[in-house]
Amino acid sequence: MLTVDGLHAHYGRAHILDGVSLTVEPGEVHVLLGRNGAGKSTTMKAIMGLVPPSAGRVTFLGQAIAGRAPFEIARAGLGYVPEDRRIFAELTVEENLECGRQKPRDGQRPWSVERVCELFPSLAAMRRRPGGRMSGGEQQMLTIGRTLMGNPRLILLDEPSEGLAPVIVERMAAAILALKAEGLSVLLSEQNLSFAYAVSDRASIIEKGVVRWGGTMAALMTDEAARRAYLSV
Amino acid sequence: MSHLLVQGLSGLASAASLFLVAAGLTVIFGVTRIVNFAHGSLYMLGAYLAYSLVTWLPRGHFPFWGGVVLAALLTGVIGVVVEVLVLRRIYKAPELFQLLATFGVVLVVQDLALAVWGPQDLLGPRAPGLRGAVDVLGERFPLYDLVLIGIGGVVLLLLWLLFQRTRFGVLVRAATADREMVGALGVNQRWLFTGVFFLGSALAGLGGALQVPRESVNLNMDLAIISEAFVVVVVGGLGSLPGAALAALLIGQLQAFGILVFPRITLVLVFLVMAVVLVVRPYGLLGKRPGGHAASVTLPEPPLAGLTGRGRAVVALALVLCVVLPPFLGDYALVVLSELAIAVLFAASLHFIMGPGGMASFGHAAYFGAGAYAAALLVKHAAAPMEVGLLAAPFAAGLVGLLFGFFCVRLSGVYSAMLTLAFAQIAWSTAFQWVEVTGGDNGILGVWPSAWAVPKLAYAYLSLALCLGGTWLLRRVIFAPMGYALRAQRDSALRAEAIGIDAFKVRWLAFALAAAFAGLAGALFAFGKGSVFPTTMAIPRSVDALLMVLLGGVQTLIGPVIGALAYTGLHEQLVRVTELWRAALGAIIIALVLFFPRGLAGFRRA
Ligand SMILES: Nc1ncnc2c1ncn2[C@@H]1O[C@H](COP(=O)(O)OP(=O)(O)OP(=O)(O)O)[C@@H](O)[C@H]1O
Ligand SMILES: [Mg+2]
Repeated sequence: MLTVDGLHAHYGRAHILDGVSLTVEPGEVHVLLGRNGAGKSTTMKAIMGLVPPSAGRVTFLGQAIAGRAPFEIARAGLGYVPEDRRIFAELTVEENLECGRQKPRDGQRPWSVERVCELFPSLAAMRRRPGGRMSGGEQQMLTIGRTLMGNPRLILLDEPSEGLAPVIVERMAAAILALKAEGLSVLLSEQNLSFAYAVSDRASIIEKGVVRWGGTMAALMTDEAARRAYLSV
Repeated sequence: MSHLLVQGLSGLASAASLFLVAAGLTVIFGVTRIVNFAHGSLYMLGAYLAYSLVTWLPRGHFPFWGGVVLAALLTGVIGVVVEVLVLRRIYKAPELFQLLATFGVVLVVQDLALAVWGPQDLLGPRAPGLRGAVDVLGERFPLYDLVLIGIGGVVLLLLWLLFQRTRFGVLVRAATADREMVGALGVNQRWLFTGVFFLGSALAGLGGALQVPRESVNLNMDLAIISEAFVVVVVGGLGSLPGAALAALLIGQLQAFGILVFPRITLVLVFLVMAVVLVVRPYGLLGKRPGGHAASVTLPEPPLAGLTGRGRAVVALALVLCVVLPPFLGDYALVVLSELAIAVLFAASLHFIMGPGGMASFGHAAYFGAGAYAAALLVKHAAAPMEVGLLAAPFAAGLVGLLFGFFCVRLSGVYSAMLTLAFAQIAWSTAFQWVEVTGGDNGILGVWPSAWAVPKLAYAYLSLALCLGGTWLLRRVIFAPMGYALRAQRDSALRAEAIGIDAFKVRWLAFALAAAFAGLAGALFAFGKGSVFPTTMAIPRSVDALLMVLLGGVQTLIGPVIGALAYTGLHEQLVRVTELWRAALGAIIIALVLFFPRGLAGFRRA
C-alpha cells in the first residue's frame, strides 16, 4: 500500500534520513520504533512532503509521490497527524475538523463531525470550544479526527501517546484498533513499546536515519537482543 | 459637547476608510506572510478607476454605486494579476526581498497611473443624493461621511460572516495560524493565496473608490495611505482582522482629536502611538507571536574575509583614480562623482547594521535626512559655516539614531522593518509639518558650502575624502571587538549573551553609529544641492539604500560600495533614457527579486 525505498532527507546541511526503506500493507498497523532523534518524525514528514526528500522513492497506492506538494499527497489519500498536534488554537473543534475535510472516496464510509464524535465521545461536548483551550488528550483526539475528515486510506500517526495519561493512552489504543477494523492502514511512530505492542502488527526500528530491524510485533517481543540494541535507553 | 461629537464622528469616518484598506493588508499578510507595499497602489488604482467609471457612466444612484463596486472588483482582479505574476514566485524569498518586490510594483503602478490619468489632481463627482450635511446637535456633518461609517460597519460585518461562516474563511484563519499544516490537510494553498489577494485588493480598491466624492484623486495617494495602513495593521497585530478594526478606530479618533490638540503634529502623533504600542506589545494589540513552525534552519553566516591581494590592488587603483582623475573631469561629472561618494557612504552605513548586525532598516533615510536637516538648520538659523554643519550632522543623526534605535533594535524581521519605517515617517512628517522651522514642503534653500568648497572640484574632493574615510572607518569597526560582538549576536543572540555580550547594547550602538554616518552623507548631500526638502527622508530614499545594499550583497564588505555605484549609475541612465524611469526601475527590482531571490551575492556563492 505504502512503499518507502531508500529515502534520504536533510535539514539544511544535516543529513537526517540515510536511506529509510519500509512497507505498509493494506489494513495493517505498522509501527516505527526508535530512540529520541532517530528520525521517526522526519521519515513521516518526508513521506508527506513536508521535508522534501533529497533522494529515494515513495509509492502510495501505485503512485510515486516523492517530490509532490503536501496537499497533493494528502489528496491522494495519505493522512498526517503531527507529533506536536498543530491544532489551530483560535478555531473551534468543529472548525478544526472542517479544515481537514476532503471529498469522500469511493467505497469508503465518509467521515463527518458526527462520526469523529462517535469515535472520540469527549469531543462531542466541546464542539464550539477553541482548540487552544483543550487538554493535551483532547487535542490529540482532535488532531486525529481532523486528519480522518480527509477520508484517508492510510494515516501517518506520530507518537499519539506522547505526554498522555494512561487512561487516555488506552482510549487511544482502542481508537486505533477501531480504525484498523474499518480497514484503515496506519503507520505509527512510538516510543511506548507496550502501546505499540497493543495496536501494531509489524514493526520497523529506525536508528540514525536507517531502518535496522523489521519484522512482526510478536517477533520483536521475543527478540530481546534487538530491543536492547535499538530501543533501551 | 456637540463639537466633540462631530469630531468623534469624523474620526469614525476616517476609521472606516482606514479599516477597509488595513483589513485587506492584514488578511493578505496573515496568509501569505507578505508585507504588501503595493497595497497602497491598489487603493490608488481603486480611486482612479472609480473616478473614470463614475464620470463616464450616466449620473444617478445606480451608476454611481455600481461604478464604485466595479472599481473595487477590478482592483481585486489587478491584485490577483500581481499575485500570479510576481508574488507567487517569491513566497519563499526572504522578507526583505518580498518587501522590495512589492515596492517595485509600487513604482510600476505610479508610472502607469501617471501615463493613464496624468499628473493633475482629479476631482470626481459627489455622491448623488449625499451632497449635503446633516444636523448633529446643531453642528453640520457631511452626509456622505455618515454613509461611509455605515459602509465600514457593513463591511466589518460581512467580513466577520465570511471568516466565521464559510469554509474559505475558516481555512484563511487556519492558514494564518499554520499554513503548512493546512497544506498537509489537503488544501491547495495557491487558491487560498489567490483568493485572499482578490479579497484584500478589492477591499483596498473599495477604500480608494469611496474616497472619490471626498477628496481629489492624485498620485500621492499610494504612499500616503500605505504608511497609515501599516500603522493600523501593526498596531492591531499583523494578520489580525479584529486588531485592524480596533486599531483603525483608535487611529481614526486619534487623528480627529489630535488635530484639535496638536494641529501641527497629527502625523507624528500617529506614528508615535505605533512606536509605543510596539514597545509595550511587540506583536500589536491583538497580534500573536509568529509561530515557530517553519522547517527552515538558519545557518550562521560564513566569516567575513578581509581583502586578498587582488582585491587590495583593485581598491588601491580605485583610490588612486579618485585622487588623480577629478581635475580632468567636467562640472557635471564632478557632481556625479560627489553623489556617488555620498551614495557609497549611505549604503555602507546601512550595510553596517544589515550585514554584520543582521538588522533590517526600512527607514534609513531618516538619518540621512536628519544629518541634512541638522546641517541646513545650522546654516539657516545660526548662520554657521559649512564646516560646523558637517561636523554637527553626524552627531545629530547619531542622536536620532540612538533615540529611534532604542525601540527598533528590540524587534526583528518584519516588525523591525515596520518600526524603522514608522520612525522614518515620523522624521519625514516632522520635516513636512513643522513649517516654521523646516519650511515644510518648500524646504530650506541657500545651504551652500563655504567659499573654498564652492568649486565643483573642491567639493568632489571633500565628498570623496569624507565618504571614503567614513566607509573605511565603518570597515575598521567591523573588524574591531565591536564588530565581532555585533556578528556574534547576529548569529546567535543566546550564545553571544552567554559569553558576556550585551546584545541589546551592541545592536543599539551599531544602529546609532550607522545613523551617524548616514547623517554625514546627508549633510554632504545637502551642501551639494544647496537645499533640503522633506523628500530627503522619504520612503523612496530608504528604498534606494536598501537596493544598493541588496544589489551588492549583504554579506560581503565590498558589496555596498559596488551596489551604490551600480545603483546610482543605473538610476542616472534610466532617468536619462526614459520618461518612465520609475516603472523601469520597478521592473528591474522585480526581475532581480524573481531571478535572484537570495540576492546577487547569494547567487554568486551558490
Ligand atoms: N527542524 C529541524 N532542524 C534541524 N534539525 C532537526 C529538525 N527537526 C529534527 N531535527 C533533527 O533530526 C533528527 C531526527 O529528528 P526526528 O524528529 O525525526 O526524530 P524522532 O525519531 O522523531 O525523535 P523523537 O522520538 O524525539 O520525536 C534529530 O537529530 C533532530 O535533532
Ligand atoms: Mg518525533
